[in-house]
Amino acid sequence: MYDIPYLTEEHHQVREIVRDFAEREVRPIARDHDLEAKFPWENVKKMGELGFMGAPWPARLGGAEMDYLSYIIVVEELAKVDASHAITVSAHTTLGTSPIMEFGSEEQQKRYVPLLASGQVLGGFGLTEADAGSDAGGTKTVAVEKGDHYVINGAKIFITHAGVGEIFVITARTDPKAKQRNRGITSFIVTKDTVDLEACQQLGVGHVPDLPKTPGVRAGKKEDKLGWRASDTRELILEDAEVPKENRLGELGKGFVNFLKTLDDGRIGVGALSLGLAEGALNECLSYTAERKQFGRYIASFQGVHFALADIATEIEAARHLVYYAAWLRQHDKPYKTEAAMAKLFASEVAMRATTKAVQLHGGYGYTTDYPVERMIRDAKVGEIGEGTSEIQRIVIARALLGDLVNVTGD
Amino acid sequence: MKIAVCIKRVPDSEARIKIGSDGKEIDGSGVKFVLNPYDEYAVEEALKLKGAAGAGEVVAVSLGTDAAQETIRTALAMGADRGILLKADNAGVDPLPAARVLAAELGEGGYDLILLGKLAIDDYSQAVGTMVAELLNLPCVSAITHLDITDGKGKAEREIEGGVEVVEFELPAVLTAEKGLNEPRYPALRGIMLAKKKPLEVKDVTLDPGGLEVLKLALPAERKAGRIVGEGPEAVPALLDALRNEAKVL
Ligand SMILES: Cc1cc2nc3c(=O)[nH]c(=O)nc-3n(C[C@H](O)[C@H](O)[C@H](O)COP(=O)(O)OP(=O)(O)OC[C@H]3O[C@@H](n4cnc5c(N)ncnc54)[C@H](O)[C@@H]3O)c2cc1C
Repeated sequence: MYDIPYLTEEHHQVREIVRDFAEREVRPIARDHDLEAKFPWENVKKMGELGFMGAPWPARLGGAEMDYLSYIIVVEELAKVDASHAITVSAHTTLGTSPIMEFGSEEQQKRYVPLLASGQVLGGFGLTEADAGSDAGGTKTVAVEKGDHYVINGAKIFITHAGVGEIFVITARTDPKAKQRNRGITSFIVTKDTVDLEACQQLGVGHVPDLPKTPGVRAGKKEDKLGWRASDTRELILEDAEVPKENRLGELGKGFVNFLKTLDDGRIGVGALSLGLAEGALNECLSYTAERKQFGRYIASFQGVHFALADIATEIEAARHLVYYAAWLRQHDKPYKTEAAMAKLFASEVAMRATTKAVQLHGGYGYTTDYPVERMIRDAKVGEIGEGTSEIQRIVIARALLGDLVNVTGD
Repeated sequence: MKIAVCIKRVPDSEARIKIGSDGKEIDGSGVKFVLNPYDEYAVEEALKLKGAAGAGEVVAVSLGTDAAQETIRTALAMGADRGILLKADNAGVDPLPAARVLAAELGEGGYDLILLGKLAIDDYSQAVGTMVAELLNLPCVSAITHLDITDGKGKAEREIEGGVEVVEFELPAVLTAEKGLNEPRYPALRGIMLAKKKPLEVKDVTLDPGGLEVLKLALPAERKAGRIVGEGPEAVPALLDALRNEAKVL
């Protein structure tokens, strides 16, 4: 048991519960769900009942009334066993639900958060577009005011839960003529039916019939991905979508600043996911190298193997402190933007190195689907891409170091 | 229905056990401790009974050091209503003094049912439950795999060699839980915070010295790897020979 300064006894209890769940409910299905790119609805239902889908939100809104660090621990522990489960919780909580908690009116919170926090339906966040990735302010989706509603047209890509989910926060341009293009962006809440209606109705999760759905919002094609294969990533298409004015989220023209805040939160989540993944890979190595014999000895007895294990463990320790520190800052209402970027940058790159070493330590076996490290190395990569690439994190960090100097061209 | 569940803090079954420097106790440092798995079945059963009855109280009672408060809080997070820690610096290994202290507490409580795990996975003595029943002069069914309570009467099943034994009994009674009785729930995250607000009473107790003394602890000898003697019917003579002369089990 790690005694680390950011955590209380309750956090350890959260960890125990999630660890137990991950070992008993997630481990047995992780491989097949990855191979078949199958979304784990049964476990989503269970995770909802256990409070994993709304860890940091207040009980009056259906949450577990824990704190942000608890949420981080949930993500980390799930990722030790399966990153797809972890991103499902993370994208749902910090991308799908937190913008409504953070910027929503009381009315909006009361309507949407209980459904999300209890895990009854899944939420998502639609920011990325074909021409607006790292340059998220380049959004081309437009929202035009028309009487009591907005008409929104555009297509979001790579949206986690676009298929399985029902409630989304999206961004669209409300003022194409805004002098600063970032000021012309506004956030909205839109809804649609899950693509897995039948399965959801049977299981009793993922679909709420009496939630009014936004006409003109639908999911596009499902991505066939390298990793996070049991997580749902699709296009989210808005075609003359009729969004009632009351579904505008936050102030007009504040969409850009607001989603930057959401991304800061999300980044700590991806940091926690990457941390968990690296820890999971190390655990696999510890057991494998203590079982595998070559040259008449367990490979764990070779000093060359010791060095690899020690390096992974040391990097994990460093990543752990960055991730928990960023989460702790956020929890204590201190500025955390730069630390969140550092945590995500470092932890995701540690996960990549750790899983690469893990496959190496497993030799040929680690290159097959018989061993979880084969999945882990694939799952690690997207940590360096989603919610801002490693390069974007470095830009965010440098901007904090240099301030306006970053943009001075020198001409 | 008022139900007491006795729970014990034990090392996790996957913990790597080291023997302490005195050679008589395990070295607890770095060892993860958990709620004894058989006691988890007992807690789950109590919660199910209360749930089915729609009313009642489930009290988690533990004999142990201060650290056992954590174990009690796990039971509270699962849904038990309150906890009692019978605090002793060293609960020892003798089941009788432990049973005496538990019985003294439980006898006062007016419980309709007292549930325990059939054994604790630390010392495997399998004795405390039945001793508590005897001391309280209550009916006892041990290692149950099924339980029905209707109109103040109980019916429990226990697995015996080649069959199932069905035992009927009057309440109050003492029951010990076997694996298979139920599937214990995971505590929900919300339960953790709720558990903090539930009452947990700490009572100092003194155990009598008992009649058992630990002389020495030793780890079991490492198991030898298995051996494949051959395949198909031709292998039978070699297998018989090995079972007779090496393993000496025939
Ligand atoms: C599995 C998955 C799930 C996702 N889920 C979501 C989601 O739920 N919601 C959502 O809105 N988005 C989501 N995304 C999108 C993700 O956030 C983007 O893919 C990411 O921000 C990068 O954008 P891009 O793919 O357009 O790459 P690009 O921006 O085109 O980047 C290509 C390369 O250029 C580099 N680059 C770009 N600009 C610079 C620069 N200024 N300096 C140096 N290098 C630069 C990048 O770092 C990268 O290496 C998801 C993506 C994936 C793969």
